[in-house]
Amino acid sequence: MMMSRLRGNGFAPLGQLRGEVDRLFEDFFGQGGNVGQVRGFPPVNVWEGEHELFAEAELPGLKNEDLEISVVGNELSIKGRRVDSAQEGTTYHRRERGAGEFVRVLRLPVEIDAERVQANLRDGVLTLTLPKAEKAKPRKINVATN
Amino acid sequence: MSNEATLTTKEAETNERGERTRTGATYRPRVDILEHADELLLRADMPGVKAGEIDVRFEDGELTIRGPVAPRQNESAAYLLNEYGVGDFYRTFRVSEQIDATKIHAEYAGGVLTVHLPKTEAVKPRKIEVRA
Repeated sequence: MMMSRLRGNGFAPLGQLRGEVDRLFEDFFGQGGNVGQVRGFPPVNVWEGEHELFAEAELPGLKNEDLEISVVGNELSIKGRRVDSAQEGTTYHRRERGAGEFVRVLRLPVEIDAERVQANLRDGVLTLTLPKAEKAKPRKINVATN
Repeated sequence: MSNEATLTTKEAETNERGERTRTGATYRPRVDILEHADELLLRADMPGVKAGEIDVRFEDGELTIRGPVAPRQNESAAYLLNEYGVGDFYRTFRVSEQIDATKIHAEYAGGVLTVHLPKTEAVKPRKIEVRA
């Protein structure tokens, strides 16, 4: 597992949110080449709330036990596998849905309170609630006046 | 493979992803089409659809699958990363006449739609007994 190279200092601009693929054992896109390395699988949407970040990925055909999600600091990793259901003697007329294992590691712009991360997989959509760590939350600083 | 196959997709009619319609983007689901001895099997990735809202239709030799997907985030959501769009799924297939249309059935689980297309009796493989 790749460890973080750039430890976030809490001030990373939004544009620096990076997604990287550590390993993609099979090309999930059903195409040759390095498509998966350009973008990574699964594609992820991340948006920000006041107290948490939300991440969502489409993972049709996966069950809870096929997924492993971990958060360390500001690094989110989504690991999983989609089982290839082909049996012996099956003829494919078309094969666009990928199968195999994947790992995606995202470096988030803020530290996450890993203890309170929630994950929900429903109808093939994974939704993660990633509460910001206390120290990452904005604080209103009272300016003392004389 | 004999030429009695099967299901062909109508590539020209829908774009790979993100075709604009009045109701927002429409996406073409990725599919596997498999052949077993007694049926063709279509599997389509359609995450985020509700089972009861999927429309599977067979008409004039054409199979249509459609799954409405409501937006999951507010339009005002502040995206830090936006790698895919969310919208309805739609795709059509031409089905050969060797399918028994009356027996087509489908199920949906975990974001995957499976459509069973049983072959007509006439094209099912048969073991012919050889008499001594």
